[in-house]
Amino acid sequence: MTAVRPASTPLQADVLPPPRRRSGRGERTARLLFVVPTAVYIAAYFGYPLVKNLLMSFQNYTTATFFTGEAPWVGFQNFSRAVHSNLFVPALGHTALFTAVSIVGQFIIGMALAVFFSRRFPLNKFLRGLLLLPWLLPSVASSAVWRSIFEQDNGILNRVLEGVGLIDEPIGWLTSTSWALTAVIIANVWAGIPFNATILYGGLQEISEDLYEAAALDGATGWRAFRHITLPLLRPVISVVLVLGVVYTVKTLDGILALTNGGPSNATQTIPVRAYQESFVNFSFGVGAAYNTFLILISLVFAVVYLRANRRAVDE
Amino acid sequence: MKRTTVVSLALAAVLPLSLAACSSSSDTGKDGVVVLSELDYQVDEPSSSQMKAVLDGCATQVGVKIDRQTVPGAQLIPRVLQAAQSRTLPDLVRIDNPDVQQIAATGGLAPLGDYGITGEGTAKGILDASTYKGKLYGLQPQANTLGLFYNKTLLAQAGVGVPKTWDELATSAAAVSHDDVYGFATAAALGGEGWGFLPFMWSNGGDESDLNSPQVAGALSLFKDLEDSGAMSKSVVNWTQSDVTDQFTSGKAALMVGGSWNMGRLAESGVDWGVAELPVPKAGDTSISTFGGEAWTVPVTGDKTKQAKAADMVKCLTSDESEVQQAKSSVGQVPAKTAVAQQLAQEDPSLAPFVQAVADGRARTGKIGLAWPQAATTIYAGVQSVLTGQAEPADAMAKAAGS
Repeated sequence: MTAVRPASTPLQADVLPPPRRRSGRGERTARLLFVVPTAVYIAAYFGYPLVKNLLMSFQNYTTATFFTGEAPWVGFQNFSRAVHSNLFVPALGHTALFTAVSIVGQFIIGMALAVFFSRRFPLNKFLRGLLLLPWLLPSVASSAVWRSIFEQDNGILNRVLEGVGLIDEPIGWLTSTSWALTAVIIANVWAGIPFNATILYGGLQEISEDLYEAAALDGATGWRAFRHITLPLLRPVISVVLVLGVVYTVKTLDGILALTNGGPSNATQTIPVRAYQESFVNFSFGVGAAYNTFLILISLVFAVVYLRANRRAVDE
Repeated sequence: MKRTTVVSLALAAVLPLSLAACSSSSDTGKDGVVVLSELDYQVDEPSSSQMKAVLDGCATQVGVKIDRQTVPGAQLIPRVLQAAQSRTLPDLVRIDNPDVQQIAATGGLAPLGDYGITGEGTAKGILDASTYKGKLYGLQPQANTLGLFYNKTLLAQAGVGVPKTWDELATSAAAVSHDDVYGFATAAALGGEGWGFLPFMWSNGGDESDLNSPQVAGALSLFKDLEDSGAMSKSVVNWTQSDVTDQFTSGKAALMVGGSWNMGRLAESGVDWGVAELPVPKAGDTSISTFGGEAWTVPVTGDKTKQAKAADMVKCLTSDESEVQQAKSSVGQVPAKTAVAQQLAQEDPSLAPFVQAVADGRARTGKIGLAWPQAATTIYAGVQSVLTGQAEPADAMAKAAGS
């Protein structure tokens, strides 16, 4: 007589896989083999340059080294030269200000655009596609256009501001030491908006409509719904966007070089610009590597912050 | 069945590509002719085709084939360094003259004297640039230089003549300036664009080995006064030489410090232009100018035959006939050999102002050699600090030197 099974418990043999007879070692090898290609790639293209950069920052690496292979060990001399340069503290300050204001600007505008585009209206998809343009344009090409926009005497920005009556005298966007950093930040915010908007938009799509409906029933709409539903649910996406944004913005080089080349009068010197100039203008590759090491440390701090913030979110 | 077909088709497609990548360029051509690899940065047309024609002409004479590679200007030195590290240096490299000593100091270039090349007849300044520790490492067939381009119409309207001294420059430029037209323009952007300051510095007795001297401060004061009087735009700190030429051709600058290579562009612009020597501090002073241009060098590749052939190529490229041919096929380039240049100036008077400047020209790396890149950074930063009001001429260089 067959036992009557309750409907909810399926027969053992139907569900569980047959017991494995192979040893765990074959499986372990298989797992390793899957990881090896990626590990090799990361070691070659991320690990090697990192290690090489660190080594270079302790060596006297000059143009001669490329020919003779000799790079004498000089300990912390390169770091000392970097720190004692009268441009080091200004460069640090400019990097911090540039990164902070860029991220804040990009994030706020990106979030606003993401929320705007999550509604339905004609040409939504087309406009969202166009939004990617600043990100896709090569920075040298867009910098050339920005240079003409920011031109003191004939640039369109000054003409518009003067025409509207906001300013009396033309602003020296790229020629005045007080405005150059602002100009570079404006250009960088414009370039970073697509990245923020796209990722935040993706995050917004994940939030179920039902939550907003339920909140509307309780009377929370618009700004309150944004604060209490959207933001908390977007937290993981926001942390990704912010950390990636910081790590990416901190090492911005081509935009600044093409717009001002670190000038005028070192007003837009940042750590990456210093690293480039030390390496490729002064041919002191060791000092350039020292500057790069500082940059890596800064990025590392933010990466650690991100990982810990994420872990806390997972635990919650 | 279907999957294996797809896989084998994919492999079949990839295999020829990998074979192509694996094939190495042969050292000798099909008929045993030596093939020399060459590197230069003439990427724009028409100068790229002109360079190729010149190279092929000499290649036929010397009996070799040239395998030419071009890279954008800023990438030449990194490319040379990469090639040095991977032991794949080209046989012939055309290096910008301020960089020659830097590369020679690494031991990667063969002294041209070993092949009997002395650079005889070439202007002294040009030879200085490519000389390191008493040995010649590169030779330029031609050079370009800076001059004072003037807009005849604008000057006539203001009723001023072409300035010859600094005082005349200040008054003429101020007199011409009105509305959005500036009397004087010169490039002062970072990155080597501001080398137009050097002739003013040198003509005043200033020197890159002592940047805190009053003579250097005097040259800085000239620029500052021009800006303060409204004769020069504040935007010069962001202008490259190309931007300055744009301002001149659109009639927004009456006088400009420009390179001799601009003559073709100016001829097409519709501006009634002329060119004169750069103004000197006082009447009767000598105008000391600088020069640009690239030198042909022979890297040490270890292949004696090829190095010897490359040296033969350098001899051919810097021969009198070749220098004349190159100067005639380009615009605003002056033969590096003084006698050849003077001969050419008689046939083509538009070159005359530049010929003397090149003959008397001073090499940027001539005095301080390998310390030039750092000094240049200081000089250009100092000029910018004065023009942006961050420092006074007297201590601008001292402040800029701390980086």
